[in-house]
Amino acid sequence: MSTALLSLAHVTKAFGADMALDDVSLDLAAGEFFCLLGPSGCGKSTLLRLIAGFEAPTSGTLHLAGEDMAARPPHRRPVNMMFQSYALFPHMDVAANVGYGLKGLGRAGIAARVDELLRLVRLDGFGRRRPDTLSGGQRQRVALARALAREPKILLLDEPLGALDRTLRDETQGELRALQKRLGTTFIVVTHDPGEAMALADRIGVMDRGRLVQVGDAATLYERPATRFVAGLLGDVNLIAGQVADRTGDIARVETGLGSLHAGVQPDAPGAGAAVVVALRPERIVLGPADTATDAEPNALAGHVTEITYLGDRIRHRVRMADGSEIRATVAAGGQAPAFAPGDAVALGFPPGAATLLPA
Amino acid sequence: MSVLNRVALGLGLTFLYAPILVLAVYSFNASALVTVWGGFSTRWYAILFADRPLIDAALVSLRVAAASALVATILGGLAALALDRAGRFAGRSLFTGLVYAPMVMPEVITGLSLLLLFVGIGLDRGIVTLVIAHATLGLGFVAVLVGARLKGLDLALELAAADLGAGPLRVYATITLPLIAPALAAGFLLAFTLSLDDLVIASFVSGPGATTLPMRLYSQVRLGVNPEINAASTLLVAGVTVIVLGATWLTGRNAAKAGPTYGA
Repeated sequence: MSTALLSLAHVTKAFGADMALDDVSLDLAAGEFFCLLGPSGCGKSTLLRLIAGFEAPTSGTLHLAGEDMAARPPHRRPVNMMFQSYALFPHMDVAANVGYGLKGLGRAGIAARVDELLRLVRLDGFGRRRPDTLSGGQRQRVALARALAREPKILLLDEPLGALDRTLRDETQGELRALQKRLGTTFIVVTHDPGEAMALADRIGVMDRGRLVQVGDAATLYERPATRFVAGLLGDVNLIAGQVADRTGDIARVETGLGSLHAGVQPDAPGAGAAVVVALRPERIVLGPADTATDAEPNALAGHVTEITYLGDRIRHRVRMADGSEIRATVAAGGQAPAFAPGDAVALGFPPGAATLLPA
Repeated sequence: MSVLNRVALGLGLTFLYAPILVLAVYSFNASALVTVWGGFSTRWYAILFADRPLIDAALVSLRVAAASALVATILGGLAALALDRAGRFAGRSLFTGLVYAPMVMPEVITGLSLLLLFVGIGLDRGIVTLVIAHATLGLGFVAVLVGARLKGLDLALELAAADLGAGPLRVYATITLPLIAPALAAGFLLAFTLSLDDLVIASFVSGPGATTLPMRLYSQVRLGVNPEINAASTLLVAGVTVIVLGATWLTGRNAAKAGPTYGA
């Protein structure tokens, strides 16, 4: 606890009967790039506003650098926020916006710091411009410079790239990440875009209906999701319902509508008899001609291709299984034409480690 | 614009402004007879500026207008802020209605009720009662203008200022106030003209030594219209027009300047 820069313990926020935040606990280390990911209404923005001090928790505590923040109004917290609308003051020029939070530096000191910040976001020479004469990308950078001016311990960014168009967003992602590494400031970004979260963050916290359901790096969330929600949020996934039959070491055998499947499990995974869902990413499935399946492969399935979609870098197959369910399998295109056509019988296989068991 | 539209617009404008135009033209009539044109002259303006009682009444009107507009702006601005910021509370729409009601209340009723109030509390009728009555009249208009302005403001602006270390007072002084200033100014000008124009309420609540310009003009007209009245009225219309144009310009700038958000 003492090493965490930000520590939330059992934070709950209720708006009337609505639980915006439900028992959220989270520790953040200094210098981390953290991302809160979830669909709109999941409570991620409420959590951000709570850290900034615009909302007070209904219960639970919030410590920043070891200090309880409960009684601290927003203007006395060592955090700054970049708003989704940027919230640039329309009646002030860029320099006055960036310098608004600076105090005790003297006129010349503030001017020097503002210049430094504008250079940092590559807007030198824009000091006298009004916000309404800037492009969306420029306004975003002014907002960033303004939020960094007071050297906050934590910078909160609410959908920082949400208002930018696609190409600008990709470019800005890289810049934001480079800037964070250079400054060493802890960043907390709120986003609904899984791709953005994965590209930006060291760690991602996935939120669902007020709860923080899983925290981990992108690879962990993608390969070892804790719930069906997390699995589906980060990318396409096949979900096959079943029941654990037995466990041998770290491999569980699951009875499903497709027959017996083998999946790798963690030591704390549910034991025999438990209802589970086998989560399987489409790209982890190996596709082959109908007669190539061998008994050596523990997960050998058969089906018929119903649809093939060429996506440039990969080819997606929809496969109708014997029990009528559908499995999606993708293979890297690699410049090759699709090996199968709709109607072809195919064999599907996957190593046990490619699948994850989730609670049903 | 089609011919039909032009004709319609012409008719409408004629209907609205012909009487005022006639009034203005005849204020430059050399003849003392109101309806007979006797050549161009500014003599009635000279007589007007030498008419001590009329000038005094004009000064009373201007003083009352300035003071009541100031009071209306402060109270109306605060009312708008309270209604905008208090969020949802029981009786919110009732309060909103109460603030706006004096705008549509028949002036005879407003005047009479204020008169009864002043008599009831023993307040001598004069400049003070005029100011109070006219502030009541203008308050609702200020509240409407400022309220519309506040509704269009991005609430994140004030949060951003607080986030950057500004306490509530600094947020108000550097963000809220500058952003609603155009609406406050427009509200002040409207309240000012309302006060300047008012005859009905003033007749109820004014007392000896507090005769406003409209009251003075009205009592003179009852003795017979002369071109001096035309001259005074023309000046009044000119003044009010300038002020209303100013208020319109301020409100327009309002909308153009700080649109609620910057769409990307």
